[in-house]
Amino acid sequence: MADFLLLSFVFLLAGIVAVPIASRLGLGSVLGYLLAGMAISPLLAALNVDVVSIQHFAEFGVVMMLFLVGLELEPRALWDMRARLLGLGGLQVAGSAAVIAAAAMILGQPPTFAIAIGLIFALSSTAIVLQTLNEKGLMRSDGGQASFSVLLAQDIAVIPMLALFPLLAMPELMDVVAPAADAAHGAGAAHGDGHSDEHAGDHGGGMSLVDGLSPLPRVLITLGAIALVIVGGSLLTRPIFRFVAMANLRELFVATALCMVVGIALLMTVVGLSPALGTFLAGVVLANSEYRHELESDIDPFRGLLLGLFFITVGAALNFSLLAENLLVVIGLTIGLLALKGGVLYVLGILFKVEGSSRWLFALGLAQAGEFAFVLLAMATANSVLPASLAGLLVIVVTLSMLATPGLFILYDRVIAPRFADAQTQEADEIDEQGTVIIAGHGRWGGIVNRILRTAGYETVVLDHDSRQLEMLRAFNIRVFFGDATRPDLLHAAGIEQAKMLVVAIDDRNQATELVQYVTKAHPHVYIIARARDRNHVYELYGAGCRDIIRETFDSGVRAGRSALVALGMHPYTAQRRAHDFERRDRYALAQLASVYDPSIPIHENKPYVDLAIKIREEQEAEMRSAPGGFGKGEDRSWSPPTTADVRAAEEGRARASGE
Amino acid sequence: MSDRTARPGASLARTIVYFAHPAHHQSHANVAMAKAAQSVEGITFIDLYAEYPRFNIRVDIEQERLSNHDIVVFQFPMFWYSTPSILKEWQDIVLEHGWAYGQGGTRLSGKRLLAATTAGGSEEAYSDNGYQRYPIRTFLTPLERTAGLCQMAFLAPYVLFGAIRAVDDGRIPAHVTGYVRLLQALRDDQLDLDAAAGMDTLGPDTLPLKPEAVAHG
Repeated sequence: MADFLLLSFVFLLAGIVAVPIASRLGLGSVLGYLLAGMAISPLLAALNVDVVSIQHFAEFGVVMMLFLVGLELEPRALWDMRARLLGLGGLQVAGSAAVIAAAAMILGQPPTFAIAIGLIFALSSTAIVLQTLNEKGLMRSDGGQASFSVLLAQDIAVIPMLALFPLLAMPELMDVVAPAADAAHGAGAAHGDGHSDEHAGDHGGGMSLVDGLSPLPRVLITLGAIALVIVGGSLLTRPIFRFVAMANLRELFVATALCMVVGIALLMTVVGLSPALGTFLAGVVLANSEYRHELESDIDPFRGLLLGLFFITVGAALNFSLLAENLLVVIGLTIGLLALKGGVLYVLGILFKVEGSSRWLFALGLAQAGEFAFVLLAMATANSVLPASLAGLLVIVVTLSMLATPGLFILYDRVIAPRFADAQTQEADEIDEQGTVIIAGHGRWGGIVNRILRTAGYETVVLDHDSRQLEMLRAFNIRVFFGDATRPDLLHAAGIEQAKMLVVAIDDRNQATELVQYVTKAHPHVYIIARARDRNHVYELYGAGCRDIIRETFDSGVRAGRSALVALGMHPYTAQRRAHDFERRDRYALAQLASVYDPSIPIHENKPYVDLAIKIREEQEAEMRSAPGGFGKGEDRSWSPPTTADVRAAEEGRARASGE
Repeated sequence: MSDRTARPGASLARTIVYFAHPAHHQSHANVAMAKAAQSVEGITFIDLYAEYPRFNIRVDIEQERLSNHDIVVFQFPMFWYSTPSILKEWQDIVLEHGWAYGQGGTRLSGKRLLAATTAGGSEEAYSDNGYQRYPIRTFLTPLERTAGLCQMAFLAPYVLFGAIRAVDDGRIPAHVTGYVRLLQALRDDQLDLDAAAGMDTLGPDTLPLKPEAVAHG
């Protein structure tokens, strides 16, 4: 227990200290975690911690991340990506593998080694790239989208690679390889062993439904599992969440979401598919569900923590002694790897019309080797595809290339992107267009706002925490998401960072005020329109920072007054003008009085408030009495034709002028 | 042409009156005219400010109304040498390109437009030597050209001069009666359009009615 606490404490502390510093220095969180890992590696070694097995546990963060990525991607959007996914992604894997294998052969590796190395290094780090792209807000840019297509294609490509590797096994070659570094051998083997143990389960080793089956049932079971995820995801989610909602406990939603992701990952593992791919698929299926944002905000903290842990372990697992012994070789190989992969990516960027700074983002961002390389290297050693000594060296190359990635992103940010400043502004505009309106509360009031915005072509994200209301709305084909809008994490999942506007239409007046207060402080770029229950609530919302406050019953009251005037015989246009005038005066008084409102004192005991109210009323009455204008009396200033005297004066003036 | 003169009353011309006055309680002549017009049988009467107090004029409804009528009357007080704002808004959005004018815009072709307006100044004021410096027809040229662009015939306007003093002068009742006779004559196709075309303005005493209508009268 104490060990566990100590370990948790060390990891958490390392992250908490390093990440803010790295972010402040503009290095990004990934590099912060990696450096934190390197910093604590001596301590972990002293404690005899199995870093690699922690790393495998933390890799579940990648699975979660792909689930979240899937949630953001509607099936239609995925279908639209197919050309890039297969073309760009497929060519990247094949092209990089070929080029790297050729380079390996030139460096004197036997063909099977070279092919294995090519395949292993062709893959990039989903964890680092997606995390960094999201952090920098580049996910929606052209380069970000292209990178994502490639990463997804790589995830798919891992499946055939795992099947192919045992075929490359050449045990007789194992002896031929020079004992380049005996010390290295041990370390590499240790690394490799850890991997092979852990990943036996991940990729159809230990617990498997499909091992030992002939190809046909195997394919059928695999397809069945995928169908189960798709059908189950679309049909079961709703009833399950409705059932869970009955308990009305926040943590139950978290548990349900986790259970779902873990379950899908398990199912995929058992049938020999990539768990990341499976959860991604489930995410896509759920992208249209009204529980999407709830799922997103429930899973996201786990994703963040696990990925952080994963990056720390990558840093911590760096074998410094092996690195020191082969410093130049390893650095040379790393630079070579980055150059080859980057080159292939750049050429593909040209072929697939990834333009301007996006092409550089694409080429530099995906140039590293990824976490799958650890898995594949371990498997390669276990299957005698690669000798352990070579694998140990390659593990360091992978780690170094991952360490270099934040540096490449910084290079992109500071040197390359500014040169394409024009292209950048265009990108920014694009993101701007997708700025959405978040509507908190889809009742009678928020619903009207939503309908008006949507018919005008604006994207809205509607949040409501009443699951009955939700069901009713779904019957009318209105897209709403389940969730309590006052929770910052849910607002985050709904995209408050990119949102242009928040419409606060929730029933509870105190919650509405708190929500306004939070968003004005945390997201000052968001324009807030809030519904006030009454006049006092207007002042509370004003105090909370909202400057566009709509009283929920005021307008209908004004309309009723207008209707009454018309029914009593007033001309509709005159009635309209009177109602308008009333509105104007009332708003003026309200705005003036807001400055002296004090929530801690009842209004009638608030001396400045009462004084100002009386003053405004007297002013307005005086204004109404002294309204100017020809025949205009009182406050109607709509029409002031000339008087008889005016006409006579004009005629006389003209007569005098012509008489002279 | 000949059958209409031959059988007056048998084919009633469909007439619509668009009335625009923003403050009825300040009216001297227009509200009285409007009340009288509403009592004329067989014409359509629209109080624009009452129908659209928030200026949210419905183009489709108005265009259908225009399609269903042959004679369009604008009744309004002159203000700032123009129509009240809602009538301008009505023109701006109802007379659509491709519908009222421009390519394919022939839906008003052959219809007639008549302005029935009141002016504060006297008839003498509205002359080259008067203090308004121009005749009333000059101030109505925007409407005249609007009619022309829509291929409508613009009839001589029915004008009450010196409207501010008309109540004191006792000229309102005669003007109202003349307005009713004008609307009836338009409805029954008894206005001598050729004669009216040669006139500057129409008044209660100068309505050019066709001979048989005068005979009937």
